[in-house]
Amino acid sequence: MAVTYIDAIHQALAELLAEDDAVFLMGEDIGGSFGGAFKATKGLAEKFPGRVINTPISEDAIVGAGIGAALAGMKPILEMQFADFGTLGQNQMANNAGAHFYRTGVPVNVTLRMPCGGTPGGGPFHSQSLEALFAHYPGLHVFTPATVADAYFMLKEAVRIPDPVVFMEHKFLYRWLKADTWQEENPLPVGKARIARVGKHATVVAFSAMVPEALKAAELLAQQGYDIEVIDLRSVKPLDYDTVLASLSRTARLLVVSEDFPYGGVAAEVVATVASMGLHLLDAPPLRLTSHDSPIPYHPDLWREHRPSADSIAAAAKYLISY
Amino acid sequence: MLTARAFDTKVSALYKAGKIFGGVFLGRGHEAISACSAVFLTKGQDVYNPFIREQAGRCAWGDSVLESARCYFGSREGLMRGRDGNVHWGNPQEGVPAPISHLGAMASVVAGMMLAKRLRGEQGCVGVACAGDGTTSVGALHEAANFIAVQQLPVVMLITNNRYAYSTPNAQEFAAELTERGRGYGYEVHRCDGTDFFATLQTMQTAVAAARAGKPQWVVADTLRLCGHGEHDDASYIPAELKAQYADRDPLDVARRQLIDAGWLTEEEHLIWEAECRDEVQRCVAQAQKEAGPDPAAEDWSAVSWRP
Repeated sequence: MAVTYIDAIHQALAELLAEDDAVFLMGEDIGGSFGGAFKATKGLAEKFPGRVINTPISEDAIVGAGIGAALAGMKPILEMQFADFGTLGQNQMANNAGAHFYRTGVPVNVTLRMPCGGTPGGGPFHSQSLEALFAHYPGLHVFTPATVADAYFMLKEAVRIPDPVVFMEHKFLYRWLKADTWQEENPLPVGKARIARVGKHATVVAFSAMVPEALKAAELLAQQGYDIEVIDLRSVKPLDYDTVLASLSRTARLLVVSEDFPYGGVAAEVVATVASMGLHLLDAPPLRLTSHDSPIPYHPDLWREHRPSADSIAAAAKYLISY
Repeated sequence: MLTARAFDTKVSALYKAGKIFGGVFLGRGHEAISACSAVFLTKGQDVYNPFIREQAGRCAWGDSVLESARCYFGSREGLMRGRDGNVHWGNPQEGVPAPISHLGAMASVVAGMMLAKRLRGEQGCVGVACAGDGTTSVGALHEAANFIAVQQLPVVMLITNNRYAYSTPNAQEFAAELTERGRGYGYEVHRCDGTDFFATLQTMQTAVAAARAGKPQWVVADTLRLCGHGEHDDASYIPAELKAQYADRDPLDVARRQLIDAGWLTEEEHLIWEAECRDEVQRCVAQAQKEAGPDPAAEDWSAVSWRP
């Protein structure tokens, strides 16, 4: 039976609650039988009484209370209803949780689950990808799983790691992405990028929902005789430049794809680092493909044009190869 | 209270002599409220979240002024090791979260610490979250206040109203009584004259006991800040008439008179206490000043405890 990305998240949450008494969940609409806006916590409140805590609509207080609970020895997993509203908890996450280990030597074991990314009709405030905004601050790890197995494995790792982790789970992947199982025999450690497709003509670096788009683009280009390597970053902080640079030493061409806005984003960060560490590896200028520098539109026709797609990735990669 | 005043006086002098990095923030006028905020708490069991003018409370909690001095000087022996300074120190493992500058942010941290204790089945503990009149205008405080009330956490929200948020008077910060804010969220509400040591002591004793019993408490304690926001600030915006109203209400003087009137203290003993407190401050400041600061060459610049 096929399992989805959100099944993997639900399974990881259930196992975390069962395995460790210090784990509890906190967020909006997650208590009772409702199970949260996306049903990631469905059934957990009944199964783990008192450990799935419903909160008022108070993102700052959710994260602040999570930090307090972590300082008192717990391992809270916090849910933002949409990543977009994570901006309201960002002060606590960045200035309190993120700064804490450096200031005090005491790590803050909070995991912030952020349902992120675009879906048709999501509009400007239910679609954003805020990886760069959180990765900007010191002290936070930012995970961006792109597979069912990573959604499961990396969420479990997020709680095992004693630092604050921002766990960006893509809403489009929730029910669209399926696999036979969430279990992987030898999962790559967190911090390692995955070569999702081996190729030789160009390297496309992607993360989260842009990984399946990049793989589709690679299929399109394969029909035209181009062999594209696709790297799934898995976590944008830490970011595995070794794997990226090793790939570029074979392909000599880089395209970074991100669903986020262009200014100061993860794609800009990867291009800047590759330019400073590996310019000699490149036969063409390092490119990035991102969303437009405009708010995310509501109408599905506008939305599909706003963000990178398999077609636009294929076009950019083709330009890169022909440069 | 005497130790806190002696420490503040010392730190102010050091600031004016150019011996302190960054700002200096004193608790003059706050000492009674501050001392009472922590004196009913037990280290290791309870949670205490000091605000910026809480040296007296830190002493009452049981922490030495040595840690405060180390924080100002950035001593590598201190809890913050020069990585954070002035009043921003804490010891979360003992129940004091390290405050950040964003006002109101720590109240929900206290809430979370109490929530953790409840989840573990720890009974009879209490958390005191200190805030000021200005902080009651920050959204984070309101989210936390509401969260605490909804969860019925054993927390005392202590609002010290010192009349001025930096230079902004009460009338430009809020239009309703500060007590109404607590009442609106469903707290049991108390108000006391924060320059009156006995009254403040009684109010906090009642509030802490009621919170321990499981009911969130909201305390407003009024005073006047008898100094600037920081030592860089001459507080010229506070009208002379208002200062005159507080001329005989310095909380240290009020407390001394109350203790002497009650027959628990003599003038002579008070002088001895003052001298002892000054000596302790002198010793601690001298030690912190002697200790080495952080070594930039040895700094690891690591903001995370885990690496792949």
